[in-house]
Amino acid sequence: MNLHEYQAKQLFADYGLPVSQGIAVDKSADAAAATAKIGGNKWVVKAQVHAGGRGKAGGVKLVESAAEAEAFANQWLGKNLVTYQTDDGGQPVTKILVEACTEIARELYLGAVVDRSSRRIVFMASAEGGVEIEKVAADTPEKILKATIDPFTGPQPFQGRDLAFRLGLKGSQVKQFTKLYLGLAKLFIDLDLALLEINPLVVTDEGNLHCLDGKINIDSNALYRQPGLREMHDPTQGDEREAHAAEWDLNYVALDGNIGCMVNGAGLAMGTMDIVQLYGGMPANFLDVGGGATKERVTEAFKIILSDEKVRAVLVNIFGGIVRCNLIAEGVIGAVEEIGIEVPVVVRLEGNNAELGRDVLQKSGFNIIAATSLSDAAKKVVTAAGVTQ
Amino acid sequence: MSILVNKNTKLICQGFTGSQGTFHSEQALAYGTQLVGGVTPGKGGQKHLNLPVFNTVMEAKIETGADASVIYVPAAFCQDSILEAAEAGIELIVCITEGIPTLDMLVAKEKCDQLGVRLIGPNCPGVITPGECKIGIMPGHIHLPGKVGIVSRSGTLTYEAVKQTTDFGFGQSSCVGIGGDPIPGSNFIDILGMFESDEQTEAIVMIGEIGGTAEEEAAAFIKANVSKPVVAYIAGVTAPPGKRMGHAGAIISGGKGTADEKFTALQDAGVKTVRSLAEIGSGLSVITGW
Repeated sequence: MNLHEYQAKQLFADYGLPVSQGIAVDKSADAAAATAKIGGNKWVVKAQVHAGGRGKAGGVKLVESAAEAEAFANQWLGKNLVTYQTDDGGQPVTKILVEACTEIARELYLGAVVDRSSRRIVFMASAEGGVEIEKVAADTPEKILKATIDPFTGPQPFQGRDLAFRLGLKGSQVKQFTKLYLGLAKLFIDLDLALLEINPLVVTDEGNLHCLDGKINIDSNALYRQPGLREMHDPTQGDEREAHAAEWDLNYVALDGNIGCMVNGAGLAMGTMDIVQLYGGMPANFLDVGGGATKERVTEAFKIILSDEKVRAVLVNIFGGIVRCNLIAEGVIGAVEEIGIEVPVVVRLEGNNAELGRDVLQKSGFNIIAATSLSDAAKKVVTAAGVTQ
Repeated sequence: MSILVNKNTKLICQGFTGSQGTFHSEQALAYGTQLVGGVTPGKGGQKHLNLPVFNTVMEAKIETGADASVIYVPAAFCQDSILEAAEAGIELIVCITEGIPTLDMLVAKEKCDQLGVRLIGPNCPGVITPGECKIGIMPGHIHLPGKVGIVSRSGTLTYEAVKQTTDFGFGQSSCVGIGGDPIPGSNFIDILGMFESDEQTEAIVMIGEIGGTAEEEAAAFIKANVSKPVVAYIAGVTAPPGKRMGHAGAIISGGKGTADEKFTALQDAGVKTVRSLAEIGSGLSVITGW
């Protein structure tokens, strides 16, 4: 789960870390009022979306009057911001962050992830802040400095000092950086983060460290023990169908093609998409109905797949390990009866009670195309989708 | 021979009396697995499925001599369950549960490594040596004792590979689901090494998916250390970047972890890769001449 910048900065502030004074607003008049509350004569206004590249897309602006701040908010609230990280439709802007302006002397990068290979939380710092860090990592990996956190002993001050000296920080900045490192590491662990990024972390004109941006991603598996973070979830930033599917414990990801896929198991669901493409089709979605598929969930899965108007045919691919295929077959028939499916449905059943399932489908009298193998199913669904186009 | 488990493996089940634990314990017993008891705190002294229930893993270990444990407890309690089994001296822990917080796994995995405990999973179907011992949720009846070792990040894709190797008559030496999480207890390299030294295993099927670099690391390992023929399939060629595809670990992030990169690395290591998951069996036939 991603957080907005203003939410990330609120968490930084809660942990005593240096952020600008800022106010997130959802009305343009409040943007003007926020400038007065913050004071000064220069502010930065930032559209809040779950995507990077906002500056280049016009979603961040330096303003010098309350009217200018209000105009910016007017321009973006209720609109979609398209950046190089979003799709063509962009992400809806429902909040603007108004912040005190910071005079920048130097831009650094500081981030942390759970590194899968070393199985450690790894902090990465770079003197090359404010730019795309992926590019720095690819072109000049030696410029990425790292600190690795031992799961038993946790973050240590010496690691913060080491990074600070290597970044070329001096005097009180070293202490400030060490405090920042320890604070962020504590935040990372306390709040079950998957990713944390401050780009840029700046040295101000006065020589102090300051978190100018904040990106946080939380481990979805840990949300059950992070009630405060659950409340920060912004459903406007995600796909509506994906959110609806999640309510039914279905894993759904929308794609661009026209062949709907309903599969049990995440790996098999991906494999099914791939084989559809291999036979010349384009999958419309990833959908894993899971091991405990019931008739109701299968019906719901069908509804979600068919709510995508691009779908011209549906492929149901089930390998019954735990789940019984005849139950899936009944679910398919239930869905066809309940919602009146007009596109062809190709079904491949394998494993537990597969023959019984195929019987159930055959006797139903509906236009359900039975496939004898996975390759056969892929061929048949690609043909079926082509015919109805 | 086989790897990890065989007819002598003595298994206990953590989360024994719960619905998942009960259902899959019945299945394991029916398959012939030497399940010798289970653990449910507070229910010690009772009988369940005609087997003793213990309050702690240590007690179960002392009373039954179990060397393996399978975990079906809910995700929130898995770190605790894994650590309990590891500290009790269980040699092989198989954790089936999906949805364990990643930071819990960093601690659990580190402790298992320190104690020399083999952890399989989490978020996996388990381990099976066909005809001898089934630990996990895989359907036993699709397996056939034989000569192919299977290692996979996905449950249902493992079943596909099992079915194909059974249909071709090759059978399986052992099948290991390492699971779909970003921090697995065992990775491809651990299992590939075991298959390489196992006499019964004559060829290996490796099934990967998008996310992380475990397949690339496995490719380097195969190039240097594996002499047996390997067929590999990677799921997720059509997966969009930045989206989690069901498994917590199946995500292309920052442009890294794509299926194409993994296919290329494996091909470069001399592995026979198949682009269709329906061609795992025929791929094996091609490289082994069977």
